[in-house]
Amino acid sequence: MRLTQGTFSYLPDLTDAQIRAQVEYCLMNGWAVSIEYTDDPHPRNAYWEMHGMPMFDLRDAAGVMQVVAECRGAFPDHYIKVNAFDATRGRESLQLSFIVNRPRDEQGFALLRTEGRGRNVEYTLRAYATQRPEGERYAVRARE
Amino acid sequence: MKPVMACDEVDLDAALSDSGVTEILASLDRELVGLAPVKMRIRQIAALLLVDRARAQHGLAAEPPSLHMSFTGNPGTGKTTVAQRMASILHGLGYVRKGHLVAVTRDDLVGQYIGHTAPKTREVLKRAMGGVLFIDEAYYLYRPENERDYGQETIEILLQAMESNRDDLVVIFAGYKDRMDRFFASNPGMASRVAHHIDFPDYSDDELFSIAGLMLARMQYALSPAAATALREYIARRKAQPHFANARSIRNALDRTRLRQANRLFEMQGGPLSREMLATIEAEDIRASRVFGRAGR
Repeated sequence: MRLTQGTFSYLPDLTDAQIRAQVEYCLMNGWAVSIEYTDDPHPRNAYWEMHGMPMFDLRDAAGVMQVVAECRGAFPDHYIKVNAFDATRGRESLQLSFIVNRPRDEQGFALLRTEGRGRNVEYTLRAYATQRPEGERYAVRARE
Repeated sequence: MKPVMACDEVDLDAALSDSGVTEILASLDRELVGLAPVKMRIRQIAALLLVDRARAQHGLAAEPPSLHMSFTGNPGTGKTTVAQRMASILHGLGYVRKGHLVAVTRDDLVGQYIGHTAPKTREVLKRAMGGVLFIDEAYYLYRPENERDYGQETIEILLQAMESNRDDLVVIFAGYKDRMDRFFASNPGMASRVAHHIDFPDYSDDELFSIAGLMLARMQYALSPAAATALREYIARRKAQPHFANARSIRNALDRTRLRQANRLFEMQGGPLSREMLATIEAEDIRASRVFGRAGR
């Protein structure tokens, strides 16, 4: 199951040239770009791990692309996203966030139904991957 | 009208005017006094890049040249200013993508504890990508007296970036000539990666005077004839004194002169000030300097 989170997620994966162009656009707007990764792709998981510090005062996308490449090298089977933070007063939030790397084998989510009182049903999403401990979720399965 | 060229010919003049470099080179001549060897070298580099581009259009091999540079010269000889121009020239010729200048010194690159240096240097490199990284007083990076100095780590990261990110950034090292020579002598890897060594000569008295003229014109001041004589005398005397920093000393002297002029106008009682009075620097504003005072004593 293909994870659809963030901008462009219904498009085919962006090529490096396209990622670079998006980052150029972010830098042109004066946004600070940062890279984050995770192997817990639950849609409510807002806390991905930071890969290095957010990059302020960049003028060219080359620096970001270098970090993306580094992060892919370190976590080839994690989700990696590029975030662009707008520090303008009154805005101070992410302007753009898109996935630039995903595991080779995305296992998707299980839908748990819990029957409550009456005919009430509560739904829970759980990524199959998170049954294994952190750091072993996607890589292990790909190796098998 | 330009003559129509056959499609397999390349018009270097057109390429030159397209790049906007002519304008930058002209402003270099106009706004920077003297520095003949420096301007010469910049012209050569511009020519090389243009010819390379033309070669590429013809399908000839055009290996992008290594443009890391070293600017050596005494303080105030225009190293930073030329670096700024160099960034715009390289941008105009398409060698760097953004054409900004990131000026740093040892403090910006070298960390204070183990593990601090590499991220700090990498961050600066990332900021400089697409432009020019200007390292002032680069020889401070290398401290042979302390073998555990973190500067060595910075040098290694720089070397790596200079090699592998050659299309992303140009590094310019700057500093005093003798110390830079020693720096390169003790870092052969660095010396072999820096292709262009440009030496900035000291300015002559006349050049300093025209620099002062340019600075004053930019600030919209004018010298009275007597003040011009005084300024020439001032330059000759100041040069003989210690800590003379070429154009920078002149700029500081002019700043103090403006102070004295303002004070003189302030103490002059009565009558509104005319535009001319506000814009004119008199000989007494210059002659009140300590440079004259000490000689008279």
